[in-house]
Formats: sequence, C-alpha cells, structure tokens
Amino acid sequence: MTQWEKPVLTLKNFNKTFGNGCSFCKDKPENLKGGCCPKCRTIYACRDVSLCVYCGEVVGIVGESGSGKSTLMQALYFDSEPTDGEYYLDAYKNGERNIFADSRRQQKWVRNMLLGMVYQNPVMGLKMHFSAQSNIAEKMIAAGNRDVHSMVARGNDLLERVSIPPARRKDNPCNFSGGMQQRVQIAKALANEPPVLLLDEITTGLDLSVQADVLELIQKIQRANRNSILLVSHDLSVIRMLADRTVVMRNGQIIEEGLTDQILEDPQHPYTQQLVYSLL
Amino acid sequence: MFKEKHFAFLDESSKKEIRRAVLKAVAIPGYQVPFASRELPIARGWGTGGLQITLSLIGEDDIVKVIDQGSDESVNAVSLRNLIQETTNVRSTIRTQEATLIQTRHRIPETPLKEGQILILQVPLPEPLRNVEPSEYKTKKLHGEGDYSGAWLKMFEDIMRYGQTATGADHPVCVDGRYVMAPSPIPRFDNPKLDNSPALLLFGAGREKKIYAVPPYTQVVSLAFDDYPFRRERFAGEKCRLTGLSDVYLDELTDETTGEIYYQINDSSYLLEHLNRETEMQTE
Amino acid sequence: MGYVAVQGGAEAIKEANLLAEYNNCRAGRAISVEDIRENLKKMVDSVMSESSLYSPELAALAIKQAQGDPAEAVFLLRAHRSTLPRLYFTTVTDTAHMRVERRISAAFKDIPGGQILGDSPDYRHRLLDYALCAQSPADAQDFARQYEANIREASERTSAEQSGNRGRLPKLVDFLRSQNLVSNPDLSDEPPHDITTEPLVFPSARSSRLQILTRGMTGAVTALGYAKIRGFGISHHPNIGELRVGSLPLHILSDLSGAQEEYYIGEIEATEAEIFMEAHCRGEEAENVLGIGLGYGLCFGRNETKAIAMGVLEHSMENPGPGDPTSDEEFVLLHVDAVESTGFVSHLKLPHYVTFRSKLDRIRNIRKEQSRV
Repeated sequence: MTQWEKPVLTLKNFNKTFGNGCSFCKDKPENLKGGCCPKCRTIYACRDVSLCVYCGEVVGIVGESGSGKSTLMQALYFDSEPTDGEYYLDAYKNGERNIFADSRRQQKWVRNMLLGMVYQNPVMGLKMHFSAQSNIAEKMIAAGNRDVHSMVARGNDLLERVSIPPARRKDNPCNFSGGMQQRVQIAKALANEPPVLLLDEITTGLDLSVQADVLELIQKIQRANRNSILLVSHDLSVIRMLADRTVVMRNGQIIEEGLTDQILEDPQHPYTQQLVYSLL
Repeated sequence: MFKEKHFAFLDESSKKEIRRAVLKAVAIPGYQVPFASRELPIARGWGTGGLQITLSLIGEDDIVKVIDQGSDESVNAVSLRNLIQETTNVRSTIRTQEATLIQTRHRIPETPLKEGQILILQVPLPEPLRNVEPSEYKTKKLHGEGDYSGAWLKMFEDIMRYGQTATGADHPVCVDGRYVMAPSPIPRFDNPKLDNSPALLLFGAGREKKIYAVPPYTQVVSLAFDDYPFRRERFAGEKCRLTGLSDVYLDELTDETTGEIYYQINDSSYLLEHLNRETEMQTE
Repeated sequence: MGYVAVQGGAEAIKEANLLAEYNNCRAGRAISVEDIRENLKKMVDSVMSESSLYSPELAALAIKQAQGDPAEAVFLLRAHRSTLPRLYFTTVTDTAHMRVERRISAAFKDIPGGQILGDSPDYRHRLLDYALCAQSPADAQDFARQYEANIREASERTSAEQSGNRGRLPKLVDFLRSQNLVSNPDLSDEPPHDITTEPLVFPSARSSRLQILTRGMTGAVTALGYAKIRGFGISHHPNIGELRVGSLPLHILSDLSGAQEEYYIGEIEATEAEIFMEAHCRGEEAENVLGIGLGYGLCFGRNETKAIAMGVLEHSMENPGPGDPTSDEEFVLLHVDAVESTGFVSHLKLPHYVTFRSKLDRIRNIRKEQSRV
C-alpha cells in the first residue's frame, strides 16, 4: 500500500511556450486565443500542467492535436526543454530532485535508465538503418553495457516478447511494416526495464487490426510487469482500453481528470462531453 | 607588393592563435579545439592541419621529420618537408630518434618515441561520431554530455553484420577516460602506441578546423566490447622480405617479375636503419 | 640502394615542376598579367571574390600561374593571404554610398533613380563572334579611344549639377521600408565575426554566414541557390528587389595625425543584391500578415549570379524550413568553399596504402571467419 502513496512520476506546474510573450499576453491568459497570443504570436503549448502517475498505473492523456499533449511528452522524455516546471521521478534521487533543473548529462541518464518511450513516428525512436538488435542494444549501451553476448541475449528475449521472428532480428527496421516497427520500439523501450513507459500516439497511422495487436501487446506487457505508463492519444477507444485514469487536455491546459470509467460515463466539461458523445 | 618569405610562412599573429589552440588542446586531452584554419600553399586534405601546427611550433633549433604512409621519401612527404625547409631553413632528418618535430600522415613510427619529441598527426576527419551524426552542432553536444553510444552502436552493428568490428584504420579511442577521439587514419596496429606515450601527440585537421592533443603519459584506450577485444591487423606468419622482421606494420607488394606477393616493412626509415645496421655488422 | 619502392619523391617532384613550366610556354607564347587583368575581368573578379582578397593585379597573376584554372588561382591567393598581417579594419561602409554603374530592379518597372542597364551580357545573343579571332591590339586601341571620346562629348552636354551627383542613387529597400512593406531590421552594433581568424561554430552568426557565402565558389553558391528556388526549399519565386554594381569607398580609423580620424584608402568594385522573398510578418492584432522578407548578397567585383544566389541562400538559412537542405547551415556553409572542397576531393589522389591495407585486413578476416561458419 505504501507504494501507492508516493507517485512514481510527478509533474508540477509545467509550462512550455514558443516565443517570448509580450505585455498583452504575459500573465493574462484571458487574452489568449486558442493558446496563442494574437499580438505577438507566442504559443502557450502547455500551461500549468500538473499530474502524477502511481506505481503500476496507466494514465491516459486525451485531447485534439494542438492541445499540448505531445509537447508534454517531449519534455518528459527530454526531447525539448521546458519553459518552467518541476519534474520528479521516485526512482531518481528518491524523488527529491527536480530533474528539469539537473544537468543535461543527468537528464540523459534518466532518459536511458528510468524511461522508455514509444513515438507515434518510428523514425523518431528507431535508427532505421541499424538492425533491430542494434536498436535495442543502443539503450543498453547507453546504460554502460559493454558485453555483446549479454546484450544479444536480452535483445532476443525482448524481440521474442514482441513477436519479431528470429530471422528478421538482424534486419533494418526500414524494411519492416509499421506494426513491426512499433513492436521494435516497444522492445527498445523495455530494454533497461524502466519503471515508467511513455507512449505517444503509438497506434495512430496503423491499420485497425494492427492497432489491436499493438494495444494487446501493451496490455499484456503491462499486466506482466506492472509498468507505470503515461499514454497520449487523441483516440478515446485507446484510452478506454488501456487507461486506469484519464486526463483531458485542451489548448495547453488540463480541463478535466478522473477515473477513465468516470470520464467516459459522466463527462463534466463541455469539451469532454463533446469528445465522448462523438465517440458514441 | 611582393615580399620575401616570412619565417615558417604564417604571419606571427596567426601562429600565436594556433599555439593557443594547441595549449587548450593539451589542457583538455582528446577534446577537439576549433580554430580558424589558415590557407596554406598546399591543398586542404593534404596535411594542412598538421602543417599549421608544425609551422606554428617550429623554431630555428628544431630538427624536423616528415612521413607520409610510413615513408620519408614519398612525394607528399617531400613536398611538405620542402615547404617547411624553404620557409625556415631548419634541419631535417629521417631518423626518428633525432627529430624534435615529426609530422606524419597515417602512421606512427616503429622506433619508440621519447620525451621531448612532438608527433604531429594529419587528420582528415577529426569527428569520431560523424558516421553516426552528420551535424557538427549535435556531435559537439554529444561530446559535452559524454554520450558515445553512437560510436559503440556502430561497432555493435558491425558485429551483428560481420561477426566482428569492421573498422580499418582510424579506430576510435577513449582519451583519459573522457573524450572519444579519432586517432587519424593510423592502422589499428599503431593504436597501442598512443597509450602512455612519452612524446606529446598533436592532431591537426585543417579543412575541418580542429586541433586536439594527447599529452605525454596519458591513457588512451581503443574502444572495444569486453567479449570482442580490440585487435590489431594480423600478419599471420608474414615477414619482411628484406629483414625477416615480423612485429612491424608490413606493406603488401607484388614482385613485378614473378608476380609473387611479398611483404616489406612499411616504415621506410626504420627499414633503412635496420638494413644499415646489418651491413655494418657484416663488414665488421 | 634501390631498396624501397617509394624512394625518389624529391626527384619526381623536381621533374614534374619542370614539365609544368614547359607546358606553360610550350607554344612559345606568354600572356601578360596586364592582359589578364584588363581582358579577363570577370574571371579576375570571381577569383578575387572567392579568395576574399581584393587585388586585381595579384588575381591576374594567380590566374596566369594557375594556367587559367579558377580554383587553383583562388588557392594561390588564399595561401598568399595567410602570410599577410592584419593591420587595419575598415570602418562600416554604407552601400547607399556606392557609385553605381549598373542597377536593375525586377520587382518594379520604375524605381526612384531609374534603372541603369550598364554592361551586361543578359540581352546579348550568345553567338560566337568570329571577328574576335582577327582582333589586333591596334583594333582594340582604336575602338577604346573612339568610345571614350564619344562618352566625354556626351557628358559635357549634361549639366554640371547632374554630374556632381553622378552614380549616387537612393536604395529601393529604403523606399519600401518607408512604405512599411519591409520591416525595419534590428540594428546591431556587435562587431562581425571574422571567419578567417575565429573558428566557425554552430549555430553560426549571420555575419559568419554572409562571409562564407561571399567567399563561396561561384558555381557552388549558384547551384545551391538554384536548388532552393527550384523545389528543395520554397516553391515560390523570389524577386530581385535591387541589383547594383559599382564602387564602394573604404575608410580606416587611424591616429596618424594624433587624433582618431577616418582616412579614405580607396575603393572596391562590388555587386550587391537585395532579394525579395515572401515572408510572414508580425502585425498588430492581425493573423498572419504577408510581407516581404529580404535576402542579402554582396561580393567583390562583378559577380551578379553569385550575389543573387547568395541572397537566396542567406534568407534560407535565416528562415529555416523543415527538411530543407539549403536552410541547413552546416550543409551549405561547410561545402561551398573552393579551397576546402577542391582540396579534399583532390587529396584522394594521395597514396592511401597503409589505410587500405588495414581495410583489406578486416575484409579478409571477416571473409575467413564467415566461410568457417
């Protein structure tokens, strides 16, 4: 029960802006139009976003494109720098150190050791012209492993779990189907057994049957390992299938959050209502 | 309009700048110091980085040796040495132990270097991460963060593909446990000579505008996985036809009359010395 | 002692130099440096521009010595440049003070000050002129004398006040700024980087980019500028706002007289191009206001295509587009230099037998082990 009391991931007052802001928009959110300043065109991609993920929990973030959910994921995986905010992981320095304020080198360590990421676009997450085996080894190499045999063994184990046949494991992902590429990305994300997985629109752009395969795989892995997952999707059916708890984002802000069932059964915010009813 | 030649070609403020870059390089072993490379009377890619270091450091008392692919007498070595001598009048030598400054392309002499000597290596591609990351801005960051997984990944991929690492010359090394460095295209045979060298090793890349250094007695480790150790070129059972020596880097040559392949020491001054010593011993 | 195959380099170089010297005078003819300077002006200009050394005499000499190979001539001048100490820096030169000899705008039919066609092959048909085969120095002298006399006569007819202001023309871009069509630039007093004495680091400053482009190979800058407007960048068409060729006065600051004073040290001929590119401006209250973005090109001598392409590329790097190779500053800036690109390509001619032997060793080993498996 104590595990449940302390979140594995905590984000506090996260902000991300593109542009410098002007006197018209700074600290005057009421002047913004759709998260953007009409005068200086500064984009407020995320505003005061706070959330946490508890151990073994799957949290879904839902919202239309431009709502700031991908910006959020990029900052959590250190692909882009935050404007301000605090970011804690329980597994990192006892959850007492704001990782956003740490050195780039430390952030890379966190990224390699404590996080696993699956991008919507596999080009972002995989080196397309390196073999599937090497792609998985990359994470282990970054974590300091210098033993080829152990990395190959671990790679085989992971590729087995995501059903990449042995004959294809030395092939380059650029020759794989979209679904296979996503499965390699998942295997890569799991390479160092990170406590937290970040999944960014992982089924968007895949065929329906392939989508179902990938989601089932995630579900299977999550049940087996009790991973904590933060998952972003614009698709409520993905959220319904995987997420315990759901956060709704719009124009860079969280407008509603709660248990997934509760959000889907009884949406409060008009925007959420619109989302839910359009699904039905 | 036309002036007499300046000592060591470059104007003095340029030399001073280059020396400052050299000092910085010595202070941060293996770190590539950017510098504003000057144009020289020889072409980019033909040793301008090494030559700028040589010309900036050389004084009237220096004794200079120039080698290209192991030879003091190959056309490019002669051309570089002529330029140095024409603009400085310093003495030159082919004897490794006699030289104070040795400029070299793609080889480290077989004769062990000693304290006080400076070996200047010409570098075509100074960035060991370039084949995994084309952008200079990004590789600079990777060095800053000590993120060398790209270099390791390349070797891992080779092993997946070929069963062993496939680097020929220019096998990357880690300097003083910090910076991963391109040792210039020396054969792997020469990599161990970088480690704990009594001589100062300087590297100059003229076209890419970088200078870097391995100070004397610095640890230099060739990158290799624990279970796939670093290996030098192997000349299994091959021996130099002229000297019978085997633990040296050998050229592979074809006998014009018989068509037979034979082997000969690549380091031409080492070969000459060895032969001369033998002749002396015979006449005695 | 005939031991080593690679001996004899010194001898070989000596003989090769003699042969080159012979090839230079084989037909028993020698072109004078003056002839090159006066008759091959365009080539002299492009060599000066790529060398970043303004000296028509030395450029002509370099062309002669290089047997007319422009890249080789640039190489000679750049090497010479490395031996020269930097004594002074010129003060800021306002190109509005250019004494204009040619000036066109493609964007407007009529511009304040008027268009001046000047010397340009643009409207000449490119037909071989066989008459030139028979042209003697005397013919050239006669024509020049006659032409100069005509010009003198014509200028005497124009009034004195007109000629007093001859060649000083307002800049079109200032007119557009006054109309609010082009936004005013942020003025900066930061001294420009000197790419010849400071290392180039990325992301680069605009001053570094402009210097590298103006020193770039004419062909390379043109080719990349072409790629940008043909389709590997923008799909729309830029406009030449103003292209001018003329002389720019140069001054230095010195305390020769005891006090810091500006001294006029001479003038250089230069080509300046201001290219209009479509741009999104920031407007008050408005969504995206369409405006005019500027690309700037300037190079030594008369070098119009290069100046235009430079403007296009400069704008491209200032306003990078995703996946556009011509706005990737490292891609453009690291590859357009004549000395660097020709040097590295030509270095492939150097012997590489040590490195190749090392590669062979790998290939043989890998094959041996794979055949065992």
